[in-house]
Amino acid sequence: MPKKIDVIFEKLPTGIAGFDQVSNGGLPKGRTTLISGTAGSAKTVLGVQFLVEGIIKFDQSAVFITFEECPDDIRKNMVGLGWDIAALESEGKWAFVDASPDPGVECVTSGDFDFGGLLARIEHAVRKVGAVRVSMDSISAIFAQYQDVSKVRSELFRIAVGLKKLGVTAIITAERNTEYGDVSRHGIEEFVADNVIILRNVLESEKRRRTMEILKFRGCSHQKGEWPFTIMPGQGVILIPLSAMELKQKSSNVRITSGNKELDKMCGGGFFRDSIILVSGATGTGKTLMTTEFIHGGAIAGERCLLFAFEESREQLARNATGWGIDYDKMEAEGQLKVVCEYPETMGLEDHLIRIKDLIEEFKPHRIAVDSLSALERGSSERGFREFVIALSSFIKDQETAGLFTSTTSTLVGGTSITEAHISTITDSIILLRYVEMFGEMRRGLTVLKMRGSMHDKDIREFTIDGTGRHIGKTFRNVTGILGGHPVYTANQESDTDRIVSMFAE
Amino acid sequence: MMGKILLKLYITGKTAKSERAIGNLNRICESDLGKEYELNVIDVLENPQLAENEKILATPTLIKALPPPLRRIIGDLTDQDKVLLGLDIVPSHKTPL
Repeated sequence: MPKKIDVIFEKLPTGIAGFDQVSNGGLPKGRTTLISGTAGSAKTVLGVQFLVEGIIKFDQSAVFITFEECPDDIRKNMVGLGWDIAALESEGKWAFVDASPDPGVECVTSGDFDFGGLLARIEHAVRKVGAVRVSMDSISAIFAQYQDVSKVRSELFRIAVGLKKLGVTAIITAERNTEYGDVSRHGIEEFVADNVIILRNVLESEKRRRTMEILKFRGCSHQKGEWPFTIMPGQGVILIPLSAMELKQKSSNVRITSGNKELDKMCGGGFFRDSIILVSGATGTGKTLMTTEFIHGGAIAGERCLLFAFEESREQLARNATGWGIDYDKMEAEGQLKVVCEYPETMGLEDHLIRIKDLIEEFKPHRIAVDSLSALERGSSERGFREFVIALSSFIKDQETAGLFTSTTSTLVGGTSITEAHISTITDSIILLRYVEMFGEMRRGLTVLKMRGSMHDKDIREFTIDGTGRHIGKTFRNVTGILGGHPVYTANQESDTDRIVSMFAE
Repeated sequence: MMGKILLKLYITGKTAKSERAIGNLNRICESDLGKEYELNVIDVLENPQLAENEKILATPTLIKALPPPLRRIIGDLTDQDKVLLGLDIVPSHKTPL
């Protein structure tokens, strides 16, 4: 029997949101990780954040070695992200090693040299604050200061070895020229290549999309692929660990009302408490009414609701609701409702996601409605949108709240939207609202297409909307092809035949 | 009359490179600087904070602190002319134009 060899490299949790998940626990402890990215890919932010999170969350002191910006610039720039480096310095938790170029001083090279001075300063700083974490930003800048590239490379290797000897967990950042190409500009990865992380900042459909990829962790496990991330004031880099999400949501048998008695009946007694419901329909089929009823139903049951509206303003929504006899203002005053209205274009999808998550955590709603999800599709790439929807649904399910998303179909009759194609498999229930063109008039039909874990009504029912809300009536008999968008009247029986007769009657 | 010259030589430990730099510098000083100079040799291993204040990266580094302008020369100072040029001093064995 072969002997099982267990080499376990310990990980150091970074404290960076989402990162510890995708890296299976953090950065390899006591080792150096190269972070490579193009200009503006948030290398410095990540380098600083690694240290700040260490100090704040784990009380681990840190040393920041800067080759590019002077310490004062870094202190100023990071204030915007909510990090007070000067305060950390005065507490003796943070030390700078300033290796930034001094433009005022002329420098001549005569003969052989090494980076012994820098290494001595790093060792001194690490000992002075008792550092556990070290960031070096960015070593590409040092190549610009010296002519002898191979000398610089071999000296940087010495520093990498020196860091290892000190036992610190280090980040070294390096510049790369293209988003998809060589790991770094000067082939630096060859000597600190135990671990390599790549940051990307790709222009996609006129939008910047930031991603992070762990290229390798020598001897350690990590999740593979690119993860989108965003930078938020006060929080820094937030990674959205899509593929690292677990399908571990609990399941509940508790039913909640949809806000419409007849619809509850069609769903076999209401929605499940922790389910995601997708409502799909063309413009004007009553999707917003469905959200309004959903919220109203929650309010009557004493639940808190959070409504994200991406199409209408707060005033418009309140006016619509009043039209159906529902008072949003009163509900908001009583703390049962929070309406968040935003144009989808105001920020990237990653930012929307973080904001939605923050609001959910803050308000702790029982119900969440998004009207409409497809509006968010406007300002993003298809892939970005798909990832957003998956991340949002999984987060909502994790909170064990009910989520109702609406989705607008592009055609008036029949049809599906991309939104549905993306999320139909992860939603628990799908309700279709459709126009039915019959005898020169537009009527509306509703069907429960899917209701996971429950019996439901499979009929396509006609409904009307008036001042008191939605009224679900009889099934469309003798009509086929409603969902396909081509209703065909199959004549043979009573009522509809009579109707035709009556149309031609005197 | 040229003011007093203040030189600082930063080295890392007593390595061959450090010794070479000290030897080369002493030779240059004796032949070209006359008596009007002061030389401090600083070992960064013993005085890392001084190295930090002075932003020393490479060693050996020779700094001409006085008279202004401040000048830096890195390396073991093997090229005497380059050192003098870097220090902004006209070699005494060459007659100025």
